[in-house]
Amino acid sequence: MQPVYTKGEVLKNIKVSKGIYKLSIKGDYNANMGQFYMIKAWDEEPILPRPLSVHDVDKDSIHFLYEVKGKGTERLRDLNKGDIIELTGPLGNGFDRLKIKGRVAVVSGGIGIAPMLYAAKTLKDLEVDFYAGFRDEIYVTCDIKQYVKNVYISTDSGTYGHKGYVTDCLSESLRVGGKKYDTVLCCGPEIMMKKVVDICETNEIPVYVSLESSMACGLGACLVCTCTTNKGKKRVCKDGPVFLGEDVVFNA
Amino acid sequence: MLDVDVCGVRLKNPVIAASGTFGFGEEYNQIFDVSRLGGIATKGLTLNVKEGNDGQRIYETRGGILNSVGLQNPGIEKFIGEELPKIRKLNTVIIANLGGETVDEYIKGAERLNDTDVDIIELNISCPNVKSGGMAFGIKSKDAYFVVSRVRKVCKKPLIVKLSPNAEDIVDMAIKCAEAGADGISLVNTFKAMAVDIKKRRPIFDNITAGLSGPCIKPIALRMVYEVAGAVDIPVIGIGGITCAEDAIEFIMAGASCIEVGTANFTKPNICLNIIDGMEDFMNKENIKSIEEIKGIIRRK
Repeated sequence: MQPVYTKGEVLKNIKVSKGIYKLSIKGDYNANMGQFYMIKAWDEEPILPRPLSVHDVDKDSIHFLYEVKGKGTERLRDLNKGDIIELTGPLGNGFDRLKIKGRVAVVSGGIGIAPMLYAAKTLKDLEVDFYAGFRDEIYVTCDIKQYVKNVYISTDSGTYGHKGYVTDCLSESLRVGGKKYDTVLCCGPEIMMKKVVDICETNEIPVYVSLESSMACGLGACLVCTCTTNKGKKRVCKDGPVFLGEDVVFNA
Repeated sequence: MLDVDVCGVRLKNPVIAASGTFGFGEEYNQIFDVSRLGGIATKGLTLNVKEGNDGQRIYETRGGILNSVGLQNPGIEKFIGEELPKIRKLNTVIIANLGGETVDEYIKGAERLNDTDVDIIELNISCPNVKSGGMAFGIKSKDAYFVVSRVRKVCKKPLIVKLSPNAEDIVDMAIKCAEAGADGISLVNTFKAMAVDIKKRRPIFDNITAGLSGPCIKPIALRMVYEVAGAVDIPVIGIGGITCAEDAIEFIMAGASCIEVGTANFTKPNICLNIIDGMEDFMNKENIKSIEEIKGIIRRK
């Protein structure tokens, strides 16, 4: 799919949890799971657009789930119905449908759940178990239920589901639950993704991770979003954001 | 109306995508018709492949960005073999930005580019993000004179030298580069700058310093272009925080023959087209027939 630079009208911008918002833009958009858009909803400051992964695509709208973290996402939070934003996309290499087969585990940590609703939707014909970890409040998991077989939830606080890390749930399923997966998809904090990659390595399961990075062009031209892999430095925006887990050298 | 002559090369308009912000053009060609640009300055090239810097590479500040890419590039051979054929098809002037760590590397790089269909070489003696070379030649005029004169001896292409605003004396630097045989001067590269992560209590960048660009540097860049254009007889290319047609016209009126757009490409991927169209509008409204007519006009009055 050729990326385009376009303007879009805000349909909705709703709070789904503490600091977590869902932005819906009107229009006929097309994207693969795991791809992203560069989004700008302001004139001069901040200088750079923000990369947001595709949360969901409907016939007449596209949705982005984001966590308010700084100046850019604060500006996004303040958007109202009818406001016009700028979008460039779809960008990057998302999860490759052709490489995903059999029984699938999707593992997310916090806002890492953003690309995974659309991934679960795309993979609804496969047998998918969804593992979602949160700090305290949970979100989006009820939207995901319809597309997957099981949903396992963990919270750091113990408010909901397993008290502890989502990676514990995954290893428990594999070790004690007798679960077997052919592919794992993962998005979340680096330390969590590293753990998931380790678990998958032990269990010999191919794992695809979606990385996050500050970006400037989003197109693969400026080289500010590189990550370190076993095959040298790669552009998160163009070579990724999805990489084979075993290739990524995590900083965490 | 917008076409300009720069070092004997005809540009269809004075707007060039600046080195480091535009890759090899291909990426942006997905978004807009890159052939509309006056030219493209390639990502900085070095004789050998460079992996670039570790750690965070980008940071936003008010009115600008700091970058610490560190000249990551595939090396000149791979550029010639893989990128140049593609970029040539984009039907615009190709300016190969050439970096190096040693004088010898610059010479070999320029030699290697002689027999290619690159239109112009932009000698990068101003990258603040690499430890050796780069800006090391862009601080003292005599060091710049040395590397430029050596490259001049072997270089068969029009040779532009891209200056650093961190030079001890930017005007003297430009004069010495002209004396060393440069066909043109482009300025400015990024300002050496820094930022601190106050929670982690350490610099944002592994290299501590990084290069500042964006609208915040424009008035300083403009002043430097004005001073340099008044001191040398060779064409000057204005760079620094240009975001709109009005900014571009300011640089032309201050003495630039054409301009480069860098950071602004990130704010809006096809912003160069807005700048080109806006310049044309302005010239129509002001009844200006050519860029030449207003080039350096503030000095003539």
